[in-house]
Amino acid sequence: MVEQAAPAGARQPFQLSSAPDFLPEAQLRTLQLERLQATVARAYERVSLFRERCQQRGVTPADIRSLADLRALPFTVKTDLRDTYPFGLFASPKADVVRLHASSGTTGKPIVVAYTESDLAIWSEVMTRTLAACGLHAGDTVQNAFGYGLFTGGLGAHYGAERLGATVIPTSGGNTERQMMVMKDFGVTALCATPSYFLHLLERAGEHGIDWSELPLRVGVFGAEPWTEAMRQRIEQLSGIRAYDIYGLSEIIGPGVGSECSAQHGLHLFEDHFYPEIIDPETGEPLPDGQEGELVLTTLTKQAMPMIRYRTRDITSIIPEPCPCGRTVRRIERIGRRSDDMFIIRGINVFPSQVEAALLAVEGTLPHYQITLTREHGLDRMEVAVEVTPEVLSDTVGGMAGLQQRLAESLAHVIGVRIGVRLVEPRTLPRSEGKAQRVVDQRDV
Amino acid sequence: MRLKQLSLFLENQPAHLRHPCRILADAGINIRTLSLADAEQFGILRLIVADWQRAQAVLEEAGCAVRVDEVVALEVDDERGGLAEVLAVLEGGGHNVEYIYAFTAGRSGRAVLIMRFRDTDAAIATLRVGGVRVLEAAELLGGG
Repeated sequence: MVEQAAPAGARQPFQLSSAPDFLPEAQLRTLQLERLQATVARAYERVSLFRERCQQRGVTPADIRSLADLRALPFTVKTDLRDTYPFGLFASPKADVVRLHASSGTTGKPIVVAYTESDLAIWSEVMTRTLAACGLHAGDTVQNAFGYGLFTGGLGAHYGAERLGATVIPTSGGNTERQMMVMKDFGVTALCATPSYFLHLLERAGEHGIDWSELPLRVGVFGAEPWTEAMRQRIEQLSGIRAYDIYGLSEIIGPGVGSECSAQHGLHLFEDHFYPEIIDPETGEPLPDGQEGELVLTTLTKQAMPMIRYRTRDITSIIPEPCPCGRTVRRIERIGRRSDDMFIIRGINVFPSQVEAALLAVEGTLPHYQITLTREHGLDRMEVAVEVTPEVLSDTVGGMAGLQQRLAESLAHVIGVRIGVRLVEPRTLPRSEGKAQRVVDQRDV
Repeated sequence: MRLKQLSLFLENQPAHLRHPCRILADAGINIRTLSLADAEQFGILRLIVADWQRAQAVLEEAGCAVRVDEVVALEVDDERGGLAEVLAVLEGGGHNVEYIYAFTAGRSGRAVLIMRFRDTDAAIATLRVGGVRVLEAAELLGGG
């Protein structure tokens, strides 16, 4: 037998079966502990904020003898990144940093994240594993509609898809006309986008003469914003593709922290690189697997910017049962809400996911909606604008008034305060080309 | 004898009514008759057009939520008591009129009423038995 030498510069094929997704549990825990100890030592030595906090608590890297000892370490929170803007949490000299990304801060300064050469290799690896978990493989044609630029989504998915052996089309976000043309003409088999942007494409498809059943598009890889099971069903029914949820955040690495698999039930975390804990967001105490709380992540291999016990603000739980797909890395429930998204109206905590549940209960599918908060004469008012769909349209005013009333009652039932409902014409609520803006807070606080 | 009626949801604000009318005009579709039911925040525009399928398609493509219902068109004498007589027939059959609108243009001495019922077939049967002239779609709108 003659083995053919790979041509120079050829990509090493990615082998899913030998990916760490399937490591035996004991081996995984050993690997995690080794990596955790090295990361804590590195951060302690090189990041002054972390070292000072450890010293205040009287803990040193030598105290980390098991994964459970992690709880002795201080948390890192988003404001730590802002307070040390731009480079205060770096653990590598500037010369070793080959890439910077930044989040668009809605308030004040953005946060800056850094990557060494090795960090970029890890990022590509976990994104490759993400796409493989979503059923992509070498030979797929991937339209990447995540934004390229300072946002981590575009480049993260790009390198992962290339590493997988797929053909990548870097359309970035926006420009619906061009997205449609590419999807139709380039034989696209997989799309990376925010779910709200794909819904926007679905709505506009008719105008562009797109018949989904005729396209080779097979898989949608959706992330960067919370979405619901109802949205998944709507996407899958309208387009005939399989829609997968992926998870990531810039502070940890970008996209590639976790992904759904063929089971579409929960997201596997690539915990050989990112160690998860669930904590009670009030007390900070770790909670056992299966209980809902705030997800806290510790990077195990990142060099430029190790994150120790980073509080994601994402509310979820770890699924204790093994997954039918055979991956041993644990799953989290899909993230329906962030403690950040929560707003308070007349002293009551409200999550957009509760509003979605109330609308869904009445209409059967989730309509486009937007929440507006205003303050009149010192009193908070919440109004939900709901787009009318053909499915709920009546030919009588009484029928529509009835719908309005049922929506208002459902919202009052779920949330506990009376909330105004305004019915609006289809496609009139803003569809941002990126993340859907669900809540507009016009209160001057 | 059954007629297709398109219903559109509109917000009760300036220019919102013009939008669908403009779309139909641009598509060369003539509105034969209409009614607008209004509430404080919104209205329901009901339309009768000859080519309802094409009208539905262009309106939906323009982003409107469109609903299609079956209504009944009937012809009465355009004189005192014309409507009362028809309503008496319907009352006799136990039919409630959900809503009604009328037009007289182009039909000398006769008026056309568009009526919506819960049970369209039963209402048509009652009207027939009562001697009311129920119009075929082609009679009203022309063409096939």
